[in-house]
Amino acid sequence: MAQRSTIGQYYQTDSRIHRMDPRVKLIGTFVFIISLFVVNNYIGYVLSGVFLAILIANSRVPFRYIVRGLKAIVFLMLITVICNLFLTKGTPLVSFWKLTITYEGLDFACKMAIRLMFLIIGSSMMTLTTTPNQLTDAMESVFGPLKVFHVPVHEISMMMSIALRFIPILTEETDKIEKAQIARGADFESRNLMKRIRSMVPLLVPLFISAFRRANDLAMAMEARCYHGGEGRTKMKPLKYRKEDVASYIILAAYFVLCILIRILGSRVDLVRFL
Amino acid sequence: MGLSIEDITYVYDSDTAMAVNALNHITTTIPDDQFIGLIGHTGSGKSTFVQMLNGLLAPTTGRILYNGEDIHGDGYDRKQLHANVGLVFQYPEHQLFEQDVITDVMFGPKNLGKNEEEARQAAEEALSRVGLSSEYYKSSPFDLSGGQKRRAAIAGVLAMHPKILILDEPTAGLDPRGRDEILNLIRKMKEEMKMTIVLVSHSMDDVANYVERIMVMNSGQIALDGTPNEVFAHVEELESMGLAAPQITYIMRHLKDLGMDVDTTPLTIEEAAKEILSALKGH
Amino acid sequence: MGIAKMIQTLHLTHDYEVQDEEGNITDRVRAIDDVSLDVVRGSFIAVLGHNGSGKSTLAKHLNALLYPTEGQVLVDGMDTLDDSQLWNIRQEAGMVFQNPDNQIIGQVVEEDVGFGPENLGVPTDEIWNRVNEALEAVEMTAFRKKSPNRLSGGQKQRVSIAGVIAMRPKCIILDEPTAMLDPSGRAEVIRTARKLNENEGITIILITHYMEEAIYADHIFVMDRGKVAMQGTPREVFSRVDEMKALHLDVPQVTLLAHELRQKGLDIPEGILTGEELGLALTGQKEALAAAMKQGKITSWDFR
Repeated sequence: MAQRSTIGQYYQTDSRIHRMDPRVKLIGTFVFIISLFVVNNYIGYVLSGVFLAILIANSRVPFRYIVRGLKAIVFLMLITVICNLFLTKGTPLVSFWKLTITYEGLDFACKMAIRLMFLIIGSSMMTLTTTPNQLTDAMESVFGPLKVFHVPVHEISMMMSIALRFIPILTEETDKIEKAQIARGADFESRNLMKRIRSMVPLLVPLFISAFRRANDLAMAMEARCYHGGEGRTKMKPLKYRKEDVASYIILAAYFVLCILIRILGSRVDLVRFL
Repeated sequence: MGLSIEDITYVYDSDTAMAVNALNHITTTIPDDQFIGLIGHTGSGKSTFVQMLNGLLAPTTGRILYNGEDIHGDGYDRKQLHANVGLVFQYPEHQLFEQDVITDVMFGPKNLGKNEEEARQAAEEALSRVGLSSEYYKSSPFDLSGGQKRRAAIAGVLAMHPKILILDEPTAGLDPRGRDEILNLIRKMKEEMKMTIVLVSHSMDDVANYVERIMVMNSGQIALDGTPNEVFAHVEELESMGLAAPQITYIMRHLKDLGMDVDTTPLTIEEAAKEILSALKGH
Repeated sequence: MGIAKMIQTLHLTHDYEVQDEEGNITDRVRAIDDVSLDVVRGSFIAVLGHNGSGKSTLAKHLNALLYPTEGQVLVDGMDTLDDSQLWNIRQEAGMVFQNPDNQIIGQVVEEDVGFGPENLGVPTDEIWNRVNEALEAVEMTAFRKKSPNRLSGGQKQRVSIAGVIAMRPKCIILDEPTAMLDPSGRAEVIRTARKLNENEGITIILITHYMEEAIYADHIFVMDRGKVAMQGTPREVFSRVDEMKALHLDVPQVTLLAHELRQKGLDIPEGILTGEELGLALTGQKEALAAAMKQGKITSWDFR
């Protein structure tokens, strides 16, 4: 059974953030990630935190749903924090056995934990409120200028959306083939690693053949419906900025400027030393 | 002894609010050496039911006994059950994977722990049962024609020597010739090997001439169960389930309505013609 | 566009090339062998034949997905070998394929229906109009926001048909659209095709091996080994019971029964297609029977 992780899975509801143009969300996510690396003091993190909190409140995605998604990366976060805590050289704070926690280590570990957490929450806010379809549209539009450098932007986004359409179909097919081979006595649960790898052959060969057959059929069906690349194509649902989206860009810009200001001004103010 | 199904229920996604009762308190038996047709429309629960019979799915409540033993009891050899109760899925040719036909058919017996020699013997016997001669042993399964692929896939299950063989829509997607070939093959297997066959289908016309017992499934329950004639007497009920009686039954009913003194039970053209001729002579 | 013929094939021949592992051509298999046929504008045509008879290869020629090895295919007067007309041909002669999953591109029903018009460069507002009309025509409006993965087989095929209609075709070629469906799905698709033929005047070419779907056609072509083996109205074709049996094709059970009774010496005409007709024949109502059988096209049939 597939594990149900909520990390980044689209959460269906109607909110200001859901209705936002996907390009705003895509660019906003990039800006937010960059801002986390621009900011290097706690005042800045408070600002990023408040920004994120406002976002979450406006998205109507339950906080618990987001936190559940975080569980998957708790382990990764712990390792990062511990490594930074013990391996950073500097002014010793506490020391026992062979390990020393330095002042710099503590500072660095805290910042790293906050950064990672904000980064994950921030980027999952995009996927939580944007359908995969809107996302591919946004990518095609945002990366559109790359066409000048012969990057096949339209083709890549078409590929992504087709992949998204076929993932559930192939998942179901995998399940069917697996059952059929079990009915022929196949053993997919052997403890022996080599056996287990070999047992994948009866599953993978039919799956690949089926995927190729589907790809072939699909290519023909697309051709029959006059598909001939991105040139001369119109859009049924073209992306259009609304007033709200412009306002969002302004808020985003203001946030980013503030982050830069805090970095410049705040380098002399260090919260931990105050405490 | 065969299979005995005791009050089984199956609930999909039982831990969520979306819980669906796929099977609803089914009790029945599937004895040795019987030719059964299992009919129902899509979503009637028949696919779930047959997967339950060979242990691929476990019932939420109730139990299934094979030769008197609970197939979900502790330490029960379910691999052997997959062999005893063979299940051929819809479009079985999509499961072919080996380099040549004979190796693919040997996959099942080998999984049961048979050595190379025994497995080959079982495979050769199964292939000859489905009418694929030795000239095909070394061909790639992907080079076979549509009908041959399907027969090779059926041989893959047959080689495990099932006592009960379940075929889920074995004629799906085949043309009339392929359909007739497969159905005749199944009938021949039934006669020669004295096994129980469960033929899952949408189509009454396909099974009517072949089987001795028809089970009709509807909303997770067995709605009708009996000989073809007993089942086809319930035309209105069948129609309310989105099914239909064979074409011949409708024709005979129409003639009877017109006042002809005919019986509505014939299931083949020959029987129907005989019935009509004797009714006409009677006048 | 005063041409009465929607589609015309002239001595159409198609060879498949068989290649060995190095890509050399080792053999040629003739899939279509000198086929000349005309499809009248606005008609409902069925092409019957078993697998390998060449009927699917024929279908792909009508949409310029394949090109003739020899001969010519004209779609609304346009030659499929004329590259400049390629997109016009594909827009006018839409195609629906066998596997419903492998021809739906969009992740939402309405977006899939819009795919064709998008490719044709139709302006956005017009795309919406066409999508609305197309979904209405196949009675799938209620499902427009759904994911195709949540639909039944019959519903998926109706979405595929809508995707073609949105391109405003004059002709729809359905290449075994029901082979993977259950009986109720099959009935949905055939009902939709008949409705489009009757209400919108779209020429329908239905490729199938189910005789009960061909019974509604104006004209049937029976394919065998790459050639047109028989053709005519359903009554003409199905009355040739022995030939149909030799081609391993089904004939309605009532036709078979009438044929059997006729051979046993009863005075019954060939070509009985419905239970009513058999009833009239057996109860001796000759005039009523003759009148019923004069009717060329079958509109209602008591097959279930």
